[in-house]
Amino acid sequence: MINASLKEMAAALAAKKISSVELTQLFLARIKSLNPDMNAYITLDEARTLAQAKLADARIANGDITPVTGIPFAQKDIFCAKDWRTTCGSRMLENFIAPYDAHVISQFDHAGAVNLGKTNMDEFAMGSSNETSYFGKVKNPWDRERVPGGSSGGSAAAIAARLCAAATGTDTGGSIRQPASLCGFTGLKPTYGVVSRYGMIAFASSLDQAGPMAKSAEDCALMMNVMAGFDERDSTSLQRDKEDYTRDLNKPLAGLKIGLPKEYFAEGLSAEVAKVVQDAIAHYRKLGAETVDISLPNTRLSIPVYYVIAPAEASSNLSRYDGVRYGHRAAEYTDLLDMYCKSRAEGFGAEVKRRILIGTYVLSAGYYDAYYLKAQQIRRLIAQDFEEAFKHCDIIMGPSAPGTAFKIGEKADDPVAMYLQDIYTIAVNLAGLPGMSIPAGFANKLPVGLQIIGNYFDEARMLNVAHAYQQQTDWHKQMPEGIA
Amino acid sequence: MQWEVVIGLETHTQLKTNTKIFSGASIKYGAEPNTQADEVSIALPGVLPVLNAEAVRCAIKFGLAVNAEIAPRSIFARKNYFYPDLPKGYQISQYELPVVGKGSLTVQVGDQEKTVRITRAHLEEDAGKSVHGAQEGMSGIDLNRAGTPLLEIVTEPDMRSAAEAVAYAKKLHELVQWIDICDGNMQEGSFRCDVNVSVRPKGTEKLGTRREIKNLNSFKFMQQAIEYETQWQIDTLEDGGTIQQATVLFNPETGETRAMRSKEEANDYLYFPDPDLLPLAISQADINAVKATMPELPEAMKSRFEQQYGLPAYDAAAITASKPMADYFVSTIQAFGGEAKQASNWVMGSLSAKLNEAGLEVINSPVSAQALAGLLKRIADNTISGKMAKDVFEAMWAGEGDADDIIAKKGLKQVSDSGAIEAIVDQVLAANAVMVAEYKAGKEKAFNGLVGQCMKASQGKANPAQVNEILKKKLA
Amino acid sequence: MSLTINDVKRIAHLARIEVSETEAEATLVKLTGILGLIEEMQAIDTRGIAPMSHSQDVVQRLRADVVTSGNQREYFQKIAPAVEDGLYLVPKVIE
Repeated sequence: MINASLKEMAAALAAKKISSVELTQLFLARIKSLNPDMNAYITLDEARTLAQAKLADARIANGDITPVTGIPFAQKDIFCAKDWRTTCGSRMLENFIAPYDAHVISQFDHAGAVNLGKTNMDEFAMGSSNETSYFGKVKNPWDRERVPGGSSGGSAAAIAARLCAAATGTDTGGSIRQPASLCGFTGLKPTYGVVSRYGMIAFASSLDQAGPMAKSAEDCALMMNVMAGFDERDSTSLQRDKEDYTRDLNKPLAGLKIGLPKEYFAEGLSAEVAKVVQDAIAHYRKLGAETVDISLPNTRLSIPVYYVIAPAEASSNLSRYDGVRYGHRAAEYTDLLDMYCKSRAEGFGAEVKRRILIGTYVLSAGYYDAYYLKAQQIRRLIAQDFEEAFKHCDIIMGPSAPGTAFKIGEKADDPVAMYLQDIYTIAVNLAGLPGMSIPAGFANKLPVGLQIIGNYFDEARMLNVAHAYQQQTDWHKQMPEGIA
Repeated sequence: MQWEVVIGLETHTQLKTNTKIFSGASIKYGAEPNTQADEVSIALPGVLPVLNAEAVRCAIKFGLAVNAEIAPRSIFARKNYFYPDLPKGYQISQYELPVVGKGSLTVQVGDQEKTVRITRAHLEEDAGKSVHGAQEGMSGIDLNRAGTPLLEIVTEPDMRSAAEAVAYAKKLHELVQWIDICDGNMQEGSFRCDVNVSVRPKGTEKLGTRREIKNLNSFKFMQQAIEYETQWQIDTLEDGGTIQQATVLFNPETGETRAMRSKEEANDYLYFPDPDLLPLAISQADINAVKATMPELPEAMKSRFEQQYGLPAYDAAAITASKPMADYFVSTIQAFGGEAKQASNWVMGSLSAKLNEAGLEVINSPVSAQALAGLLKRIADNTISGKMAKDVFEAMWAGEGDADDIIAKKGLKQVSDSGAIEAIVDQVLAANAVMVAEYKAGKEKAFNGLVGQCMKASQGKANPAQVNEILKKKLA
Repeated sequence: MSLTINDVKRIAHLARIEVSETEAEATLVKLTGILGLIEEMQAIDTRGIAPMSHSQDVVQRLRADVVTSGNQREYFQKIAPAVEDGLYLVPKVIE
């Protein structure tokens, strides 16, 4: 059952072959045995989880069923879940019991899903390796000496090690797609504004977007049906008609035009990864798609632009952590100023502090125009690159990350090298486009992801493109050794 | 040297909404601490702002009232600074593109008219409050007020005296109540003024360094604070000192201003557009919809009163100084149906005097507009004289009933029966032969004496006009 | 534009983060590296380009002015570091 698709789990639950409580216990038992080493979860609350499973069983008994009722999901610890400890991977929120539900959490609750626990992540989602978490590093189930990617590293490891049916993640610069690539599963970052950010702890407001992380495109589509939709509590949430993201899953791909940006296959991409990605693209040609060469000339600028906009917004978003109303307050201080400075120095880790300082610097008097404003202008150029590209193709493909999972500690002390992990994913966030990563094979026994970038609101088509591939390949079904 | 003071005002008006600017928590005044501080007000992780439609409507109303440009697109920005009453560590305000642009407000200063240019007005959220003395060495933070919608109204440095500044502030205070966007309650902090004061040698152009007097919540304090601050700056400069830009507080006990100790550093607010909010778009249709609900503005009403009721400009201005006063006047006229000038005399005269004396607002007047109209009718139909009416009004104020009751109860009815008056006149003429002779000899004053005697004989009830008329006829 | 140790201290103060002398030195090195990465932007001519904050051309939605939340003080203050009589306590605020 741990390898079953969401659809198969739902069918088994509906047919009473297994109860939600049993299914949940199955995953809880796996977590108990594997999580101490993997460290995919920060917070577990078995009683609360099982209570939800019981409720789900009652719903199933009453025939009140949605496609996810009774299925246990892992929730990234960035989503506030009422009465659950919600840490965002930070010492600052080590004892923060959220007094309300994020939109994403309540959507899963209303659908009758079970919350298995809160997954580990880079502190405040700032990182690409899950090494910045206050709650410890997460291991990549494919090679436990390597990172799972980040920032949604806990959700990534939980899926790869089958410690949940599926999980949620958030993606500000690649935090769903890069771990999906490094841990060999399917992850989707939707168009900005499709999933409400309400209750999702903010990192960079104009880039943050929640999305599904699962074993397959079909699972992601089912999760999108739960997560997506207008929410009046988020001003940036888009008012659109409800969509069924599974509707196009089985459409044929004949005639599909795939754009291949030359900048995504240039210097910096590992040769092994390039080969896997090219093989996957060759497979698409066999499925009837054609490929066209395109250019996204401003790709290189996406990193500097991102490292202005994201820290600027983050520095302001993280000002609320002042030790006054909740969160960490230093034990000793001399006065108010000292309380602020000590609480924040103790509560935040090194990478978060660095980004706050960069953000403060680029916003400080005299630098706004040269940095933040300029970055927002170049951001438009980046978005225009995609606009132009989509005149020539339906979908864009390339690598999700420049390499496979790297060793724990390998880049931990070199922020710039770490930031380059996101070279293929960041532009998508800046443009607000949907992007996904699907397993496309292995390089040196480590998973490699294929990135699929769609035009605005084209998630259903992307899922179709991914699903078609997954009907013919079994990369997404592969499991790491030693997790059985 | 002759000095000139240059003054500009920034006024924070709390908007009359039910809820906060970015969340559905109540903004009712006087609640227990933090009982109106919802998840957005206390800035829990993950919460987001959504703009209150009514706050936007209030801003449009104000823009219309001061003939200002209303921005078709305005932007919310974050003003970042740390303060315990500022839960997010930033205030959501408007910076580069405010909702209301350039406008103006004309005020009466003594017998001069003065036009004050309004630079801008922008929407923003209020901060919470620090309560001192909760515990030794500690402050308590109450976030009920955090997120209350404010319209900050900024003027050009157009005022040249404390009197002008106060006249502007008073006029603005009336206006925001007139258009019903602010309750105007200064004690509760609904209308707070920051005053920028600088001085320069008279006749020069260059502005001096300004100091900002924060949070003045009474016009009296404003006057005192500006006067003190102006003199302090002049003295400082004349003693060879320089003025440092600063934020100062006014101490009503000492009547002095002093620089604040905190926020001393050159403020760097790290402004940037708030990524949680989208551009605020206001269409001409939106503006028209608000316009349709706007009350007639004071200026327009003043001209109309001059035309429609034939009021002198002075009366029309006085009557339209506040909306409740104008409403009272109109109700009086409608119930009275007589001469408008008569009504304005009473409203501006006896009524205003009594209200002032009692410290009452016109809406709380013990004499209603209908009651005053009842009195005016009795004057108009000669039931009572103007002099008697003053006594009746006093009795009405004291709650003794309406005009007719009091006239009846006190037997104040004026005698207008010409037969009865003729009888009195005859009696008086017979008894005062000397005065009659004097009058006939050309001593005009004697006539007044005879009128007085007639009034006395009637115990003051005879209609004076009729007495005059009959006396003249008989003496001719 | 090169960052100095004083810049690091100034922004750390603005951000209310205590940094020791040694931390400041280490931070300076890292921040200088990151700023080097960012500097690449300066070569781009962005004159006349409208800044982009949301990918869609959308405007602010307005909320009806209706009270939707009640008193949750007790619940919210369970997670507060220091409260008394319903107030959040902080070291004395000096005006």
